[in-house]
Amino acid sequence: MLVNNFLLLGAVLFCIGVYGVIVRKNAVLVLMSIELILNSVNINLLAFDQMHGNNDGGVFALYIIAVAAAEVGVGLAMVLLIFRNRKTISLDDLSEMKG
Amino acid sequence: MFASETESAIHESAGWFLEHAWLIPLIPAIAFFLIIFFGKRCPKGGSEIALASMGASLVIAAGAAYQWIDRVGASAEGEAGGLLRGFFGAGRVAEGEGEGEAAGEVVHHLEPVIRGQRWFSIGDLEVGIGSHIDGLAIMMLLLVAFISTLVLLYSTEYVRGDRRYTHFFASITLFSAGMLTMVLAPNMAQFILGWEIMGLCSFLLIGHWWEELPNAKAALKAFFTVRTGDMGLLVGTGMLLAMFGTLDIGGEHGINTQAAAFVGDHKTLALAAIALFIAAIGKSGQFPLHTWLPDAMAGPTPVSSLLHSSTMVVAGVFLVARLYPVFQVGLDITVAGNHFNLIAVIGGITILIAAGLAFVQNDIKKVLAYSTVSQLGYMMMGLGVGAWVPAVFHIFTHAFFKCCLFLCAGSVAHTGSHHSFDMKKDMGGLRKKMPITFWTWIVSTAALCGVPFFSGFFSKDEIIDSAHGNHYTVFFIVGLVGAFLTTAYMTRATYLTFFGKARGGAAHFVNEHEDHLHEPAHDEGHAEAADDHGAQAHDDHGHDDHHAPITHGKPLPFAPDDSPWQITVPLIILGTLAVLSGYLNAAPFHIEKMHEWLHSSIGVTLPEAPVFEWVNALPSILLVAAGFAVSLYLSKAVFGDAPSPLKGLTRRNSLLGAGHKFLVNKYYLDALYENVIVRGIAYPISRAAYWTNQNILDGIVNGVGKSGKRTGELVYKYIDQGLVDGVVNGSGATATGAGGALQPVQSGKVNLYGALLFGAAAVGALVLVLVNS
Amino acid sequence: MLASDIQVAQNIGFGIIAAIMILGALRVVTSSNVVHAALSLVAVMAGAAAQYLLLAAEFVAVTQVLVYIGAVMVLFLFGVMLTRAKLGKDVDLNNDKGWMLGAPVALLMLGVMAYVLIDGFEDTKLPAGAVAKIGAAQNNALSDKIFSAYALPFWALSFVLLAAVIGAIVLARKD
Repeated sequence: MLVNNFLLLGAVLFCIGVYGVIVRKNAVLVLMSIELILNSVNINLLAFDQMHGNNDGGVFALYIIAVAAAEVGVGLAMVLLIFRNRKTISLDDLSEMKG
Repeated sequence: MFASETESAIHESAGWFLEHAWLIPLIPAIAFFLIIFFGKRCPKGGSEIALASMGASLVIAAGAAYQWIDRVGASAEGEAGGLLRGFFGAGRVAEGEGEGEAAGEVVHHLEPVIRGQRWFSIGDLEVGIGSHIDGLAIMMLLLVAFISTLVLLYSTEYVRGDRRYTHFFASITLFSAGMLTMVLAPNMAQFILGWEIMGLCSFLLIGHWWEELPNAKAALKAFFTVRTGDMGLLVGTGMLLAMFGTLDIGGEHGINTQAAAFVGDHKTLALAAIALFIAAIGKSGQFPLHTWLPDAMAGPTPVSSLLHSSTMVVAGVFLVARLYPVFQVGLDITVAGNHFNLIAVIGGITILIAAGLAFVQNDIKKVLAYSTVSQLGYMMMGLGVGAWVPAVFHIFTHAFFKCCLFLCAGSVAHTGSHHSFDMKKDMGGLRKKMPITFWTWIVSTAALCGVPFFSGFFSKDEIIDSAHGNHYTVFFIVGLVGAFLTTAYMTRATYLTFFGKARGGAAHFVNEHEDHLHEPAHDEGHAEAADDHGAQAHDDHGHDDHHAPITHGKPLPFAPDDSPWQITVPLIILGTLAVLSGYLNAAPFHIEKMHEWLHSSIGVTLPEAPVFEWVNALPSILLVAAGFAVSLYLSKAVFGDAPSPLKGLTRRNSLLGAGHKFLVNKYYLDALYENVIVRGIAYPISRAAYWTNQNILDGIVNGVGKSGKRTGELVYKYIDQGLVDGVVNGSGATATGAGGALQPVQSGKVNLYGALLFGAAAVGALVLVLVNS
Repeated sequence: MLASDIQVAQNIGFGIIAAIMILGALRVVTSSNVVHAALSLVAVMAGAAAQYLLLAAEFVAVTQVLVYIGAVMVLFLFGVMLTRAKLGKDVDLNNDKGWMLGAPVALLMLGVMAYVLIDGFEDTKLPAGAVAKIGAAQNNALSDKIFSAYALPFWALSFVLLAAVIGAIVLARKD
C-alpha cells in the first residue's frame, strides 16, 4: 500500500469540501462541507501515523474528531438562532458582516 | 551528581523568603478569587482583602529583598577583595570550579535563585512554573508590591461609592498578580502568562466606566494596540525556542546564557530580538505604538497611576532588560563603531515625540501620560546605549515620582477641581488650598525633571552620561533635549494647576478670603458634600472630552481642600521616596548600591559606566534650568493675568498655529492608522476583489456566451457596476450613498470570503512549489 | 495467506471504499436535496472509518463511527429539520455562478496538492503487516500518549468541549 493512496484520497476530499464551502448557500450544507475537510485531514494524519509507526497522528485525529463535534454543535446552534431570527439560513441574506 | 551538589549548595544559602518567592504573586491571585466571590459580602466591599493580600506580598518581597542583599554581600566577601565593579568576578564557590569556563564567556557573579516545578509538557518540551530571583526581579517585586499597596490604599478613598467598587479591587489585584507573575518568570511561558493577565486586566480597568463610549473605546484601543505588539512576543519566543531549544530564561542552558555565548551569524537572533522588541514597543508605549497610552487615561486615576508607574508600561522595558543578552548580541548594542541600533533609535524618537505632545495637552493626566511615554523612551534608550543599570534604576525612581504625580492629579480632581482634569478650565491657584498635594507634586516634578539631588537626576543623568561615554553622541543630544523639554512642559502644567487665578467651579472658594474656609461649620459641610459627591459622581472621572458641563447634581461648588488621609499618606510616602530613592545609586556621591545588587542580572559584559563628573552633568543641569525659565516666562505670559503680546500667538501666527495643530492632532498618527492603514489597505483589497468578482467573473460568463438576454443583463450589470466604480474613484469620500454599494467585498458574503481564503492559500502554495522546484 | 495477497486485498478494498467516498463527497456538495446530501455524508464518514481500519487505527475508527455517524449526523439531520428545509428538491441551495468561483479554486488546490504529494512521496510504502498491529497493545500506546505527552492539548480540548456545550445551549435556547 502506498502512502500516496491515502494522501491523494485526502487531497481529493479536501478539495471537494472546499468546493462545497464556496458553492453552497445553505448554511447547514456549508457545515457539512467543512466536515468533509476535517475528515480528509484525519485520513492524512492517520496515514502519516502509520508511516512513522508512532501514535501521534492517531492522538491528533481523535482530538480533531472532538473539536469537530464541538464545532458542529456550536455551528448548528448558530444556524438555528439565525433561522429563528431571520427565517432563512441562506448565507446570501446574511450580510451583517459587511464593512 | 555534581549538579545536584551545586544545587544543594545554593539551596542552603538561599533564605526562606527567596525560597518562597512564589507566594508573592500567588497571594494576590488567590485574593482576586476571594474578592470576586466574597467581596460584596465583606464590610468594606473587598478592598480589605485586596489591601491585606498586597501587604502580605509586600512583606514577603521586602524579606526577599533583604535576603538578596545579604546574599550579594556574602558573595562579595567570598571574592577576597570585593571586586564589585569588575566584570570578571568568580561565581559562588559551588559553581564554576569543576566546569572550567572558557575565556570570554560570561561569568555570573551571583547565580539567580531559580525554583520551580513542571507545569506542563508538550512532547519533549517541559515547561515549568516557579520563580527566578535575581537583582532585577527583586527590585521589580518590591516596587510593584509597594506601589500597588499604596495605590490600593488611595483607591479605597478615591473610588468610594463606585458601583463596581468590588470589581475594581478584584481587577487591580489580579493586575498586580499578573505583573508579579511576569517579573518572577523563570521561563517565557510564565512570562507570557503574566503579560497576558496584565493585558486583560488593563482592558478591564481602563474600561472601568464603560458606560461612557469614549472609555470603552479607549479600553479597546489599548487592548488592540498592545495586542498588535503581542504578536511579536509569541513570534520572538517561538524563534528563541527554535534556536535554543528551551523556554527557560536563566540557568545554565537558559536563553540568556546561550544568547550571550552566541557565535557566528546572528541574523536569526536579530530577527527574534526585533520581534520581541515589537512586543516591548506595544506594551511600553514606544513610538509608533504609543497612541494607546494617553487614551488609557480614561480609566480611574489610581489605575493610570499603577499602569504608568510600576506595572503595565514598564513590562516592555522589563522584557528588554530581562532578555538583555538576546538584544545586546542580536542588535549589536555597544559594539564599537556602531552608533545606532533599533532600541536606542526607537527610545530616542519616543522621548522627543512624546515630550512635544505634552505641551499641547490641557488635561493634566494626559500631560503626565505623555511624560510617561517620554520617560519610557529614556529607559529604552538607556538599554539601547548599553546603560543597563541606569535604565533599570530609572524604572525604579520613575515609578515613585510618576505614581506620586498621578496620585496628585487625582487628588486635585478629587477635592480640588470637581472631578475635572482640565487644567485650563477648572484648575489654577490651588497651591494654598491643597498644600500637601502641592508640595508632593513639586517634589515629584523636580525629580522628574532631573533637578540635582532629586532621584530623577541620578538615574536620568546617568543614562545621558552613558550615552556620551559609549559614543552614542546622537542619543546624548536627544537625552539633553528631552531633559529640556521635560522641564518646560512640567513647568507649564505646574503653573496651570497650582498658580495663577483659580478657574472653574472651585474659583469662588479659592479666590475668597482664606479664613472663611476654616469655620468649622463650613468644614463639616464640605466633608459631607465631598462624600455625597464621591458616592454619586465617581463614574464621571477621566473622560477627557466631556468635561464641559459638569453637573454632578450635588451641592457642587465645594471648597478645595486637601484630600483625606487615604490619599495624602500615599502622596507623602511617594513624595519622600521621589527624593530618597535616588540615593541608592547616586554617582556623584559614589554610592553604587543598585549596581551592586543588580548587575548580576545583566548576563553580558557591558562597557564600564563613565566616572561621574559635575562637568559632564553641567549641560543637562543648565538645560533643566533653561527649560524652567523659558517655560515659566511663557506660561506667565500666555496663561497669566497680565496682558501680553504672546497671548493667542498660535491663533495669530500661522506657522506656530500649524505647529500647534500638528501637535494637538498627535502628529496625525491616529489618523494615519485609521485612514491610511485601515482604509488604505483594507479597502483597496476589497475593492479589487469586488472588481474581480464583478468584471472578470462576469467577463468569463460573458465570454462563454450565454443566451442573448443573459448577455444583455450582464452588460447592464457591468456598465452599472463600472459606473458606480467610476463615481467612487472620482468623488471618493463624498459618495456616501454609493459607498454602501461599494465596499461589497466586505460584502459579508461568506462564500466569497471562503473562496478568497482558499484561493489565496492555493496560489501561495503554488508559488512556494514553483520557487522550490 | 501470503503477505502480498493481503496487500492486494487491501488495495482492492481501498479502491472500492475510496470510490464510494469520493462519489459520496461529490453528492454532498452537488445534491439539490438536503437530506440526500446528509445521507451521502454518512457514506463518506463510514468510508473514512473503513479507511482508518485499513490504516490499523481501530480505536479512531470506532470513535469515528460513534461520534460522526452516531452523533454529528443526527445533529445535522436535526438541523435540517429544525430549519424547515424542503425535504424534496430545492433549487435554492447553491450560489448563482458559484461553481465558476469554486471549481477553479478547488481544482487549483487539487493540482498543487497532487503535484506536491506525488513529487514528495512517490512510491513510499506503508510498513507491511499493518493489519497485524491491530490490537489492545496499540490502544494502550495511544492512551499512554494522550495522557502523557499530549495531556495539555487534551486538557485544553476538554475546555473547548465544555465551552461548546455551554455556548450551544446559550445560543439555541429560546428566551
